[in-house]
Amino acid sequence: MSVLKVQGLHASYRKNKVLHDVSFEVEQGSLTSIVGPNGAGKSTLLKVMLELHPKLSGDVSFFGSTLSQTKTRVGYVPQRGSVDWDFPTNALDVVMMGLYGRVGWLKWPNKSHKEKAMASLAQMGMADFADRQISQLSGGQQQRVFLARALVQDADLYFMDEPLAGVDAATERAIMTTLKNLKMSGKTVMVVHHDLQTVEDYFDHVLLLNRTVVAHGKTEDAFTKDNVYRAYGGSLRFMKEA
Amino acid sequence: MTYTGWILLTASLVGLSCGIVGVFLILRRMAMMADAISHTVLLGIVTAFLITRELNGPHMLIGAIITGLLTALLVQWFHSRGVQQDASIGVVFTTLFAIGVILIATQVGNAHLDTKHALMGEIAFVPWEVMNVPLLGEVPKATFMLAAVLLVVLVVILAFYKEWKITSFDPALAASIGIPVVLLHYVFMSMVSITTVASFDAVGAIMVVAMLITPAAAAYLWTDKLSIMLVLSGAFGVISAFAGYYVAVWLDTSISGSMAFATGIVFLVSFLLSPKHGVLSRYLYRYERPDQEEQQIDAVS
Ligand SMILES: Nc1ncnc2c1ncn2[C@@H]1O[C@H](COP(=O)(O)OP(=O)(O)O)[C@@H](O)[C@H]1O
Ligand SMILES: [Mg+2]
Repeated sequence: MSVLKVQGLHASYRKNKVLHDVSFEVEQGSLTSIVGPNGAGKSTLLKVMLELHPKLSGDVSFFGSTLSQTKTRVGYVPQRGSVDWDFPTNALDVVMMGLYGRVGWLKWPNKSHKEKAMASLAQMGMADFADRQISQLSGGQQQRVFLARALVQDADLYFMDEPLAGVDAATERAIMTTLKNLKMSGKTVMVVHHDLQTVEDYFDHVLLLNRTVVAHGKTEDAFTKDNVYRAYGGSLRFMKEA
Repeated sequence: MTYTGWILLTASLVGLSCGIVGVFLILRRMAMMADAISHTVLLGIVTAFLITRELNGPHMLIGAIITGLLTALLVQWFHSRGVQQDASIGVVFTTLFAIGVILIATQVGNAHLDTKHALMGEIAFVPWEVMNVPLLGEVPKATFMLAAVLLVVLVVILAFYKEWKITSFDPALAASIGIPVVLLHYVFMSMVSITTVASFDAVGAIMVVAMLITPAAAAYLWTDKLSIMLVLSGAFGVISAFAGYYVAVWLDTSISGSMAFATGIVFLVSFLLSPKHGVLSRYLYRYERPDQEEQQIDAVS
């Protein structure tokens, strides 16, 4: 049984059709990169699968069931730029938010929630920054906080939107170690990734996307020059030179 | 209680409720919505009056909630159909407000309700419009309504504190873990509406915006903790209410105007002196954000 099955997915922003007939299946324990040019619909694909943006048609199933029935098993790491880092809160608090779904209505997070959040901050090497206001963290540290928040959710399937964008080398290593550990413990991870150079090193599967699926499969099979060129069209040359 | 006592209490209740609600208006980047709702609730009040032929608390609150929600829904509707957010706020609120003004002028006459009163408020009259409350005796109607609204606001904010926090900070994550983001948005709009309408008598539609936005904006400059920001914002609202009243007495000028002016002074002082964001501390320490370079990279990609 596949962990995630997407069939004939279409989506748009008003008249701008962004996703066209997207279909793919993801196996348990895979670490997949979603790769494609800017505006290819990568972020939109995540949002549509998570029902944060409406689909026009198509089907998405998680663990052979619907999202509403499996919400606690699905974790999401939005693009770092999607939130206001000047918000009055600290790193520990942000990580605790990953547990809010489990705390329950009319209840406040308790000591055990706090301990879990601390542990997951420590896992990302951020224990010393728990009380730090989030605007006082570097971009890499902010991304680690986001990762810690995902870890604390203890989901089985993760979607991450560009977790490696604009982070320092140490953070990149820390995040990749975390992703590999997740994979080893049987979790499934899909990561929007922008760096073509590292796809082969980091990911065992790749989904090449440009409004529709250009190629999908094991990295060695799908991540061919030909497919990448098809996904990026004429813009690839610029990418390589830059 | 003395006449002055009632006025100060009423004004402080306005400062507290508006200060607390205002924090979330700022953090959700919805300051414009406060402006909109403070005007459109006029339509709700007029409509409630036309239907029931009397101006009393519960009817006004219901009218305000309905028009507040209507405002939020219409803004959302236009926005989802390609109108820019601020343009759609502008269009919706001026139109609904205009309908309210026309209804007052043509249907209501000036016996009970007039536009100037609604816009400017008249806190000086508040202590004379009393009602009988069991145990408390005679209490000004506006004061009682404000106290009731403050209680509702406090209960709703405390009961769903973590939900307000997460939906303000990261609505996408909130939705992905099953928190009803849209429902909470409309609950919040209802809170803004009842706070506004309850503050109406005291400060009017224009000044209520100052009470909603400015103390919260000032509090934001002082702290990095949401809970402290809430306390500070409420406190700034109360301080502004007191200062505004005494300045108005001293200069013999509009009380609501002085109160709004006082919020501006509180903000200015905060802007100059606050430790984290203040102009003074920036000058003294010249500190830079640690992540400026990376943020620029982000903006490009
Ligand atoms: N909120 C939005 N409103 C309107 N158009 C959008 C919105 N978000 C994205 N788009 C458009 O949808 C397309 C795909 O965007 P996105 O999914 O963010 O691409 P990617 O993440 O692959 O760079 C782009 O053309 C973008 O301009
Ligand atoms: Mg994107």
